[in-house]
Amino acid sequence: MSLSKRLGKIMPAIVLSPSLAVVTLCVYGFMAYTALLSFTDSKMFARFDFVGWRQYGRLFESPRWIIAIENMAIFGTLYIVCATCLGLFIAILIDQRIRFEGVFRAVFLYPMALSFVVTGVIWQWLLNPGLGLEHMMRELGWTSFTFQWLIEPNRAIYTIVIAGVWQVTGFVMALFLAGLRGVDTEILRAARIDGAPIHKVYTRIIIPALRPAFLTVFVIEAHLAIKSYDLVVALTKGGPGVSTELPSTFMYSMTFTRNELAVGAASATVMLVTLASIIIPYLYSELRHEPTT
Amino acid sequence: MRLSFKMMAFTAALSASVSGHALADESVEVLHWWTSGGEAAAVGVLKDDLQKKGVTWQDMPVAGGGGEAAMTTLKARVAAGNPPTAAQLLGMAVNEWSEQGLLGDLTEVAQAEGWDKVIPDQIKQFAVHDGKWQAVPVNIHRPNWLWINAKIFKDNGLEPPKTWDEFNAVADKLKAKGITPLAHGGQPWQDDTIFDDVVLGLGGPEFYKKAIIELDETALGSDTMIKVFDQMRKIRGYVDPNFSGRDWNLATGMVLKGDAAMQLMGDWAKGEIVKAGLKPGVDILCVTAPGTEGSFLFNTDFLAMFPVGADKLDAQTKLASSVMSPAFQEAFNLVKGSIPARSDVSGDKFDACAQKSMADLKAAEKAGTLMGSLAHGHAEPASIQRAIFDVVTQHFNSDMSSKDAVTALISSINAAK
Repeated sequence: MSLSKRLGKIMPAIVLSPSLAVVTLCVYGFMAYTALLSFTDSKMFARFDFVGWRQYGRLFESPRWIIAIENMAIFGTLYIVCATCLGLFIAILIDQRIRFEGVFRAVFLYPMALSFVVTGVIWQWLLNPGLGLEHMMRELGWTSFTFQWLIEPNRAIYTIVIAGVWQVTGFVMALFLAGLRGVDTEILRAARIDGAPIHKVYTRIIIPALRPAFLTVFVIEAHLAIKSYDLVVALTKGGPGVSTELPSTFMYSMTFTRNELAVGAASATVMLVTLASIIIPYLYSELRHEPTT
Repeated sequence: MRLSFKMMAFTAALSASVSGHALADESVEVLHWWTSGGEAAAVGVLKDDLQKKGVTWQDMPVAGGGGEAAMTTLKARVAAGNPPTAAQLLGMAVNEWSEQGLLGDLTEVAQAEGWDKVIPDQIKQFAVHDGKWQAVPVNIHRPNWLWINAKIFKDNGLEPPKTWDEFNAVADKLKAKGITPLAHGGQPWQDDTIFDDVVLGLGGPEFYKKAIIELDETALGSDTMIKVFDQMRKIRGYVDPNFSGRDWNLATGMVLKGDAAMQLMGDWAKGEIVKAGLKPGVDILCVTAPGTEGSFLFNTDFLAMFPVGADKLDAQTKLASSVMSPAFQEAFNLVKGSIPARSDVSGDKFDACAQKSMADLKAAEKAGTLMGSLAHGHAEPASIQRAIFDVVTQHFNSDMSSKDAVTALISSINAAK
C-alpha cells in the first residue's frame, strides 16, 4: 500500500480524533464530573467527601426548587403547545402560495436571530406597566387599561412564555413550512378531485404527513425550554420574588452565589436526566430507521 | 483559561509600559468590582499611590454590582492555581475563603504598623483569622440609612420618622396625597436591606444579634419576628406598583426627582445624590433607619490577600500598607461615599452624612451595637444569607401570612445549615 493511500485511510481518524477527544473530555467528562460532585458535600470548591443521596434530598426539600419545577412544567407545556400551534398555523397560511412569501418568511424568522437576552430586554420594556403597553394605552386615553403580568407573582411566568413563544415561533414555522412543501402533491390533487373539504385535507392528510416535522419541532422546543436561562435573567431576574425561578437559574444561584456546589450539581444532574429522557428515545427512533450501511 | 489570563496580564503590562511606568519592576494584580464611575475613580487613588512606591497596578475589574461575576472569576482562577495578589471580598466571604485555607498572611506588616489599635474589633474579626491578618479593610459602609427628599417633607409639613410607627404614619399621609412614600427595587438584597432595618428597628440590637447573627431559634420564632413580617407587609403597600426588579440606583433617582419621598438604602446612595448635583444632608436628608438610632450595621470591602511567592511578597505588603495608610483611607472614602475603616482618620473633609456616620460608629462600637449587615454579607455565610433572602423576598412578593413566613424562615435556615 502506498503511503498516500495509507494516509488517506487513517486521515479521517486523525482529523476527527482531536474533536472527539475534546468532546469526550469537555462534554461527557464534565457531565460525569458533575454527577460525581452531586454525591459529595462540596460547598465552595469541589471536595470528595461522599454523602450519598443527601444533596438530592436537600434539593427536593427546597421550596425554591419545587417552585422551579412547577414553573418548568407550566412554561414547558405552554411554550411547546403555543409555539407548535402558532408555528403550524403561520406555516399553513404562508403555504397558500401568497405573494411576497420570502418577505413574510424572513419577518417571522427574524426573532430567532436575536439572542435570548435581547428578547428578554425587549419584552421587559414592552410589558413593564410604567414603560410599555399599559403606559402607551393610558397615554392614548384608555386610562383603565391594566396589564401587569410582569409584576404579578402568579402571572409573571406567563410573560416568559409570551417572550419565548414570540422568539421561537418563526423557527417552528420554517420547519413546518419545509415539511408542508414535502407533502406529495399527487395525494393532494387526488383529494381535491374526490371533493374533500379543505379542513379535512389538513386534518386527515397534511398534518399526519408532517409527523417527522412534529417530532423535530418537539425535541427542539423541549430542550430550549429546559435550557432557558438568559430569557428569565433578562426578563424578570427570577422575580417578582422567586416566582419565575427555573431549574437553570436555580442551578446557577446555588453553584455560584450560595457556595452550594453539590446541590447545584444535583440540580444539574436532575435536569440532565430529564433532558436525556426526552432526547434519547428520539435519537433511538431516528437511528433505528436509518439504513445500516 | 490560564493562557487567556496570561494574555490579559501581558496586555495590562503592555498598556502600563505604554503609559510610561515600565520602570516599576514590582506589580500587584487586584480583582475587584469597583467599576462604576465613582468607584473606578476611587481605585485610581490606590493605583497612583502604589505607582509612587514603584509598584505597577494590574487592574482586573469584573463588572456587576454585588460582585457575583467577580466571585465566579475568582473561584475559577483559584481553582486553576493562579490566584491574583489580592481580591475584593465582603466580610463573610473573607471568612469562607480563609476557612478553605486559601488566604495569605500579613501579620508582620500589621504588627509593624499597629493596625490592631485602629481597626474596630467587629471588623477585625473578618480580617484576622487564627491571629493572622489575612485581609485589609478599605472602608465602612452603613446600610441602615433612610434617605428623605427634604422638599417633599417640607411641603407636607412632615418630620423624619424615628420609629417604625412614625414611619407608617408619615407614609400613610404621603400615600393619601398621592405621593409614593418609599422608593424601592424588588431585588432580594434590597428587600433584605429593609428587613435588616425592620428587625433592628423593632427588636433592638440584642434581638438582631440573637436572631440574625446567632440564628437563635426562639428569637427567630418569636412574636417580635411576626411583627417584623407584619411591618414588611405594611412597607409593601408603600412602594409603587412598578418596583419589581428595579435597580437600587433607579430607586434613588426617584427620591432625587421627587417621584418618591424616601428610600431605605446604604450610604453608597450618596454617590447618586452627588452625581445629580444635590447635597446630602441638605436636599436629601440622611437619617438612621427608623428605630435603629444608636446601632450601626456595617459592611466593609476587604482586600483579601492570597499567598504569593517570595518574589511578590514585597509588592503585596506595599499594597496592604498603602490601603491601610490614613491618607489613602481618607482619599478613597471621600470618593466612594463610605467612611474610613481606621478610626483615627479625621472627618473634616467629609460631608454631613459621613460625619454623622463616623460619630455613630464610635458610639456604637462603645455600646456594643456595631453589627454586621445580613443583606450585605457580614452576618451569615452565603448559603444561609440567601436562604433568609428567599423567605423575605417571597413574603414581600406574595400574600404569605407573617406566621407562615416565620415558619418558612426557620425551616429555610435549617435546610441551608
